[in-house]
Amino acid sequence: MRQLTYAEAIREAIRNEMRRDPRVFILGEDVGKFGGCFGVTQGLIDEFGEELVRDTPISEEAIAGVAVGAAATGMRPIAEIMFMDFVTVAMDQLVNQAAKMRYMFGGKISLPMVIRLPEGGGLQAAAQHSQCLEAWLTHVPGIKVVYPSTPKDALGLLISSIRDDNPVAFIEHKLLYNLKGEVPDENEPIPLGVADVKRPGRDVTIVATGLMVHKALNAANELAKEGIEAEIVDPRTLFPLDKETIFNSIKKTHKVVIVTEEVKRGGWGGELAALIAEEIFDYLDAQIVRIGSLNVPIPFTTVLENYVIPNEIDIINGVKSIL
Amino acid sequence: MDLTKELLLDMYTKMNKIRKFEERVSELFAQGKILGFVHLYIGEEATAVGVCENLTDKDYITSTHRGHGHLIAKGGDLKFMMAELYGKATGYCKGKGGSMHIADVQKGILGANGIVGGGLPIAVGAGLSAKLRRTDQVAVCFFGDGASNQGTFHEALNMASIWKLPVVFVCENNLYGISMRQDRHQAIADIADRAMAYGFPGVTVDGNDVLAVYEVAREAVKRAREGAGPTLIECKTYRWRGHFEGDPTVYRPKEEVEEWMARDPIPRLARYILDNNIATEEELKEIEHNIISELEEAVKFAEESPYPEETSAVEDVYTDLVEEGRVR
Repeated sequence: MRQLTYAEAIREAIRNEMRRDPRVFILGEDVGKFGGCFGVTQGLIDEFGEELVRDTPISEEAIAGVAVGAAATGMRPIAEIMFMDFVTVAMDQLVNQAAKMRYMFGGKISLPMVIRLPEGGGLQAAAQHSQCLEAWLTHVPGIKVVYPSTPKDALGLLISSIRDDNPVAFIEHKLLYNLKGEVPDENEPIPLGVADVKRPGRDVTIVATGLMVHKALNAANELAKEGIEAEIVDPRTLFPLDKETIFNSIKKTHKVVIVTEEVKRGGWGGELAALIAEEIFDYLDAQIVRIGSLNVPIPFTTVLENYVIPNEIDIINGVKSIL
Repeated sequence: MDLTKELLLDMYTKMNKIRKFEERVSELFAQGKILGFVHLYIGEEATAVGVCENLTDKDYITSTHRGHGHLIAKGGDLKFMMAELYGKATGYCKGKGGSMHIADVQKGILGANGIVGGGLPIAVGAGLSAKLRRTDQVAVCFFGDGASNQGTFHEALNMASIWKLPVVFVCENNLYGISMRQDRHQAIADIADRAMAYGFPGVTVDGNDVLAVYEVAREAVKRAREGAGPTLIECKTYRWRGHFEGDPTVYRPKEEVEEWMARDPIPRLARYILDNNIATEEELKEIEHNIISELEEAVKFAEESPYPEETSAVEDVYTDLVEEGRVR
């Protein structure tokens, strides 16, 4: 085992897949010499050249649409949207084109493409550069939505995403880029649709995604001091969703807290809560608790941003509210 | 220009095929046999045919909501098209797409498109892909005057330009974006002028003159194939029918429609063929006769084909997953 940061793991997945398959290429704003807004694609242009590590104008709709057209005609593009907030500008191509082409054409085309989407707050980047919009994408049949929380998961899941024959939205949390973690020596794909238990426990299940996995782990360590053992399940892919692993954990603990950074209203976490209520209601000993950002735009100044985005205290309080 | 008999008769065949297909669709729609929204291409045949005569099956097109003409011009099969309009399992899209989403990827047809301006970046992607794969394929993007006001128009033309991609942008200026006449939806007369802003040629051509369209498109396709980059072609034409079948067209004067119908592109080509002794009237009649047989076979095929199994509704969303069905 060796150590990589989350950003390095993403870069390694891209590099190795580009070496392995000449159809794979990158396009996005400032992904070339500049190395991407968060440095993720740094150095790739030196190995693969500007043709395959392609700087685009600031044109998100065309970035997404060009990826669709290239994927439809034999390439395997990886498009970067600099901040997930800007996916709003690209939504027609993702929602009405990428997600629907295969279906509309009666299954006679496949679109192997990845859209990388850095999301999340904590950088005092304010309302248009901090959002978590995964629910906008999980709502749309035809897209897979992946969201790793560790370097190892980022590496393995991105390999699978690039090899997948469907449009994949690959969400990255900006605050995780510098997180170091163990990764296997060999590049092993991690299949989409398989959750990971990040911490075993018997008293309560915490389902958390992205950065919230780490906040949940911190909260669980605090809770453990009081003898409360939380099990933390990271779904890793929001669709397809590994309901079995999540449900098995809840069947054991009979309590669940869902922690996501997205605003709570209309979030992916609400969908998961509904699935649990619909399918394993009888196993629950308490109401489902959802923890998300407050239903406001993400504010700029630290004191306000910290108040809006959930933290360890919110998770601990959430767990205690049903124990 | 090297206009062989074969080429001219192929143009004549395809233009008539489009006309007769659309007329039949109009009837079938009125009879309630075809459902949904259909946008007919009648009157614009010279544009699709003049452009597509320069393409091979390996070249790509992206089309629009008014796509039947493009599909036929690019070699689409009337049987599978008609079956799709009927919503049958044998249709191009197995009944999942309908008029606005017909595609034939084997023939380079990357789909009709229900979103105005939706095909523009997709064509640029196909052009980029052709360039990266070192093929000499060309991507032709059909869109309307209405789409030239969408943001994708700007983004796509700019991107194709900076990367010198093998893309030909074909704007079918049929004078109306739904109900809005061109002089109300943009303050320019010639959309081709916009090419100047992207640094590549823009040409305006009589879209009802198939030979003129052919010639301009030939030059643009050649430029694209040789790596000289994109061209914007504006074909001035007119849709005889409403925006969709059932549109009462209260927004345009009858005289205007009549004036354009007098510029029918099909007799115009027939006259050229006859005046230059390229074929006889009998030969042209035979072509029309054959099209009617082919069309009636397509209708029969569509009528006799089965509807899809209802449970197939949850298939084809992903390559490797089937969504949950419903128990009834």
